[in-house]
Amino acid sequence: MIDIEKEAARIAEQGESAPRLARDPVNQPMINNWLEAIGDEHPGYTEVAPPAMVQVWTMAGLHGQRTLDDPLGAMMTILDEAGYTSVVATNSDQTYHRYLKVGEHLSVTTSLEDVTGPKKTGLGEGWFVTTRSTWWVGDEAVAEMRFRVLKFKPARKPEPKPETPRAQAIRPSVNRDTEYFWEGTRLGELRIQRCGGCGLLRHPPGPMCPECGATKPKYLVSEGYGVVYSYVVHHHPQVPGRQTPFVIALVELDEGVRMLGELDGEPSIGRRVEVVFTKVDDELTMPSWRPRADR
Amino acid sequence: MNAAIVGIGATDFSKDSGRSELQLAAEAVRAALQDAGLEPSDVDGLVSFTMDTNAEIAVARELGVPELTFFSRVHYGGGAACATVQQAAMAVETGAAKVVVCYRAFNERSGHRFGQVQSAAAANIDNSWSYPMGLGTPAAMVAMFARRYMHEYGATSEDFGRIAVIDRKHAATNPHAWFHDRPITLDDHQSSRWIAEPLRLLDCCQESDGGVALVVTSAERARDLPNKPAHVRAATQGSSVDQFTMTSYYRDDLTRLPEMGVVARGLWEKSGIGPSDVDVAVLYDHFTPFVLVQLEELGFCGRGEAKDFVASGALELDGTLPLNPHGGQLGEAYLHGMNGIAEGVRQIRGTAVNQVAEVEHVLVTAGTGVPTSGLVLGQG
Repeated sequence: MIDIEKEAARIAEQGESAPRLARDPVNQPMINNWLEAIGDEHPGYTEVAPPAMVQVWTMAGLHGQRTLDDPLGAMMTILDEAGYTSVVATNSDQTYHRYLKVGEHLSVTTSLEDVTGPKKTGLGEGWFVTTRSTWWVGDEAVAEMRFRVLKFKPARKPEPKPETPRAQAIRPSVNRDTEYFWEGTRLGELRIQRCGGCGLLRHPPGPMCPECGATKPKYLVSEGYGVVYSYVVHHHPQVPGRQTPFVIALVELDEGVRMLGELDGEPSIGRRVEVVFTKVDDELTMPSWRPRADR
Repeated sequence: MNAAIVGIGATDFSKDSGRSELQLAAEAVRAALQDAGLEPSDVDGLVSFTMDTNAEIAVARELGVPELTFFSRVHYGGGAACATVQQAAMAVETGAAKVVVCYRAFNERSGHRFGQVQSAAAANIDNSWSYPMGLGTPAAMVAMFARRYMHEYGATSEDFGRIAVIDRKHAATNPHAWFHDRPITLDDHQSSRWIAEPLRLLDCCQESDGGVALVVTSAERARDLPNKPAHVRAATQGSSVDQFTMTSYYRDDLTRLPEMGVVARGLWEKSGIGPSDVDVAVLYDHFTPFVLVQLEELGFCGRGEAKDFVASGALELDGTLPLNPHGGQLGEAYLHGMNGIAEGVRQIRGTAVNQVAEVEHVLVTAGTGVPTSGLVLGQG
């Protein structure tokens, strides 16, 4: 067993690596290539380099080798040996002290700041490795970077997700006060509670009318038309029985009450919609909305 | 009220505490008692709020609290944070208990995640009008309000983002914050992914593991204890017409939080102060849009004007209404508002990491979109 924390402490104790000199000085052709690749059309980068290029100048090149005292390389080797074979960069925070001028020749030093783990992540169990690099022109520090990678054991590929039919969707609980609604959807009717005493329309329903106190609720069957009062486009997390993204709309029915439902179509507030019914099984039929052409 | 918060305690705030929720609760309560200069044997009351798995009696057992004469659990999740202090203060005032500890502890990230769809919640008949329709996460439920608020007042995603930027700025200088040293820019907010449009990732608070506890006793007893007491000037709950939890979509107006209006009226009336007397505002910030609505409900600005109030810089530490100096739940940790109350106490004591000068009154609010509560804490 490799004691990762002990190895990390040993590498951290070695402090900063020796300065490693950039292959080339800061130069205009490389600046031009970089600006083109990034799509940065800022006209100011003649004689000075874009600050975000700093890492470019000290890249080792296609066939480059890490130096022996490079702490990130040393830590990667140890984690490889411990079975944490995959790597993904997670954070990179750079601080620029000044612009770099064409002709300046950079060197870089790196130290190991922190190794934490093992952590369970979506990618698999792994260790977060944080290094701090400083770029120098002579003995002047010109830029710094805190860089974090996750070195992980790839989790076994999950089984391909099965289709998520509506049958997996969350089911409503139904009780004496609400069963008329779900009876209605089974019959293709969108029912709105109407007080048997004063006629108040109410959704969501309840057993006692808050206006007149009557406990004899009845219902009317809605025409099924309304307008979008508000809506949400749901992206994360996954919702049982649904493919993301999807739209949930709060619809104000022409009868005056509001009701939630999925909207199959481009949402906007004020858009006219109509109800559709989708049978899930013999017990449950869900109402939802679809756009309706303006009359 | 004749009561004060005399002790605060917390565990570390993390994404994986590595210990049980009961241990987190016991650690937080023990730390709060130590801070108060009291012993577990002094405690005779315990209060928490729903969605906490730690029974009052279980916490008492771990602490070695021998006898309880008052125990209570307030409803509606995060909306109850400040109500725990109200319950404790009422117990102290009526003599039901002498020393009451309010606590909250959970593994909300490594254990049961609050941001996921809570399929079991659909068993509640109220939720049968939302969850089966695909509306099953707190973010999506708040997004429905936010979309309408944007439509009516012209607020934008950037207006919401400014709240996240302020919270993260304050968290950046708070070593206890999960996002210590990790400020964000408005561009970061704007480029963060959609969770439930119009909410982006950085509009949503984190999920945290941790625990917080507060010790409440009488103002007289507080005088004999080591810390400067944070006096409970007012504490109130609020629920309003046609109230649901998270889905009060059937009222006339979707751009308001009338239950917070009830809290505001109660707080100003009972404390005798008004919005202009508040030196620090710790506003519940599980999702950014509701911070704007709270500013309006509490009377810091007019309806629809919160976006301009926020953009004016009023919420900065040197502004007229410093917001969440600890970094809030977006920046420090999501302990359902209890860490915000602890910050209120530190601001009164003068010991906060981002201390505001000359703090006389701190306003603290609890969860929004649900029946809620609020506190005014003050100097002696």
